[in-house]
Amino acid sequence: MSRPEEGRSQAASIVVRVWSLIAIPLLAVFMALVVGAVVIVLSSTLVLKNPFDPMLPITAYAALAQGGLGSYDAFISTLVLTTPLLLAGLGVGIGFKAGLFNIGAQGQFLMGAVGSVAVAVTFAHAPAVIAITASLLGGMIAGALWGFVPGLLKATSGAHEVVTTIMMNYIALALLAWIVIGPLRQAGSVSPSTPDVGAAALPILLDRSGHIGIFIAFAAVPIAWFLLYRTTRGFEIRAVGANPDAARYAGVKPRRLIVLTMSIAGSLAGLAGACTILGVTHQMNTTFSTTVGFDSITVALLGRSNPIGIMLAALLFGAMRAGAGPMQINAGVPVELVDFIQALILLFLIANVVLRRLLRLRGVSGAEQTGFDTITRSYGRETTV
Amino acid sequence: MDAINQVPVIGLVLQFFEYLITALPFLAHVAVQLAVPICLAALCGVMCERSGVVNIGLEGIMLTCAFTGWFAGAVFTGLLGPGTPTRIFGLTTPLLLALGAAILAGMLVSLLHAWLSISVRADQIISGAIINIAAIGLTGYLNTLLSAQTLAATSNFSALVIPSAVAGLPLIGWLINALFGQGPIGIATIVIVIVFQILLFRSRWGLRTRSVGEHPRAAETVGINVIRLRYRNVVMSGALAALGGAYLSMEATNAFQAGMTQGRGFIGLAAMIVGRWTPVGAFGAALLFASSQAISQSINVSPPPGQLGSLLTHVPAQFFDALPYLITIVVLAGLVGRSVAPAADGRPYERESAS
Repeated sequence: MSRPEEGRSQAASIVVRVWSLIAIPLLAVFMALVVGAVVIVLSSTLVLKNPFDPMLPITAYAALAQGGLGSYDAFISTLVLTTPLLLAGLGVGIGFKAGLFNIGAQGQFLMGAVGSVAVAVTFAHAPAVIAITASLLGGMIAGALWGFVPGLLKATSGAHEVVTTIMMNYIALALLAWIVIGPLRQAGSVSPSTPDVGAAALPILLDRSGHIGIFIAFAAVPIAWFLLYRTTRGFEIRAVGANPDAARYAGVKPRRLIVLTMSIAGSLAGLAGACTILGVTHQMNTTFSTTVGFDSITVALLGRSNPIGIMLAALLFGAMRAGAGPMQINAGVPVELVDFIQALILLFLIANVVLRRLLRLRGVSGAEQTGFDTITRSYGRETTV
Repeated sequence: MDAINQVPVIGLVLQFFEYLITALPFLAHVAVQLAVPICLAALCGVMCERSGVVNIGLEGIMLTCAFTGWFAGAVFTGLLGPGTPTRIFGLTTPLLLALGAAILAGMLVSLLHAWLSISVRADQIISGAIINIAAIGLTGYLNTLLSAQTLAATSNFSALVIPSAVAGLPLIGWLINALFGQGPIGIATIVIVIVFQILLFRSRWGLRTRSVGEHPRAAETVGINVIRLRYRNVVMSGALAALGGAYLSMEATNAFQAGMTQGRGFIGLAAMIVGRWTPVGAFGAALLFASSQAISQSINVSPPPGQLGSLLTHVPAQFFDALPYLITIVVLAGLVGRSVAPAADGRPYERESAS
């Protein structure tokens, strides 16, 4: 029999715990929006020589919110844009948990797109179920390969994954351009592009654009959570991230785990690319590009590498990407503001020590819990592997 | 000679070298042009990382400065009038002021990186990523706003014209033309590489920089102020990346385009690694990477005749684009020579407390 006061204090302690986790991300987003507002006003007054208009940021942010969440249509397009960010963000987050900075989500995403479109073109006339499954798998495998290589390099030669994944990103870019111009180019097309994915196109379930990939992405959240917190492998991943030496003493093989984690991360980003090709664009041209690479890093950091946090962060960024267009049209504020706000969010996240001191916040946990103070540990010579 | 050229594989290789030699004057000149921004980014990286601060924000610094240089040029031209360009290099007052503005912008962005990575002791990779994302966002944002405006047209620095008597000299004419038939930033780069190499390995500053990058604690015990030295190096290095950015919008062209750095900052990072964190090495690697592009251009413009030509024109241009990155991965994997970062690279330094 539990007494009511006990229940209340338990509830209070949960609130305190949740607050201590979300306070810094919320503050970072808020501060970024404030600085973004200053930039909107200043640029409008100084660059465009418009009269000083302190209401302009509110108009802009209202248009942004309206475009991202204002209607059923807008919400679906937010979900569509959330999908790749969520999948790739989960991949980056799992990497962070293992102490790996996977900056290669960009390349893994592009390779996932290339892999899925290549398989889809092959299976163009197969039954939809087979074509879709094969194409999604093709994307995941291609993405996983782009994570596997940096993982293997790190495990065997200690080459830092930040540098190798950056290189892999650009190799993926070149490969994509070549695939579209060369082997997969549709005969007779004026500007180079691949054929339509045909039977492999993801079925639309919600509204006009809500493809099934949305459900795949949100289903990946509990799966990732289960993997990280309820399986031995997940425990090992977190152990290596927290303290590789202790993990090795406990019998974990860090090298194998690094390769595995990078491959998982790559396959998730690859799946993101596959969903974008099969669910949204349906074909690929040479200008196929994405901001998923950097966005997913921000999403993972903002979500503190926790699957549920990543989901919330991905929704925020999905909404911002969806609302950016309407913001430019209705308030005359260029879409690139979203990128700048994103950089500001990151800035306030990592400068949270300063933020906490300025605002005299107590009992709020900062960077330490996400483990991203450990990321560059292995950059120099003394590799931990 | 013709007989050898018919031998299956060796013949093709020989033909390729023949082609490279005939195309050398063109190749070398283009390669140096392409290498300049890559090299300047790499030098920025060398200066940071030698003192123990990782900088993946090179791309962002370059992009910011390419924008600042171009925009300041337009503003100063509007204020002061275009001015008369000097006969050599096409220097004008607004152009020089704009270059100063670009360098200042580079140093300011670097100051942010220095503050985050040295004082806040934040993760240096994330700090670099912030600079990259912010640069894409802010320059893109302002560029879109400005596209509705009419700005004063800017001029750009012009290349030194090597007299054909000199450029035509046998054996060395092409080299003189390639190295010195460049604009002021291009020529300055070559000078900077040499001076930086000497300073890094022969001066007190260089010794201190290297010791702080390898073992900051030991450096501190012999009286070097680690924090101050890192600050100074990171801020100074911003000027180098700034020159690289300014090269793109003030020397190679006279305009700014959104995202015009196109990954040159990251190739610069690669050049720094392949060049083993030395200025001359970085220049060499930048030249190597640029040659890959130059050869691709040359094959496109005037392919070699015969079998080799048909073979080379079938090599996709993207292969040459990817080559620098492939080379870097191979070098990093330790397959060809090994390239190791300074030991304290990427680690924030914390003074030991007195207690």
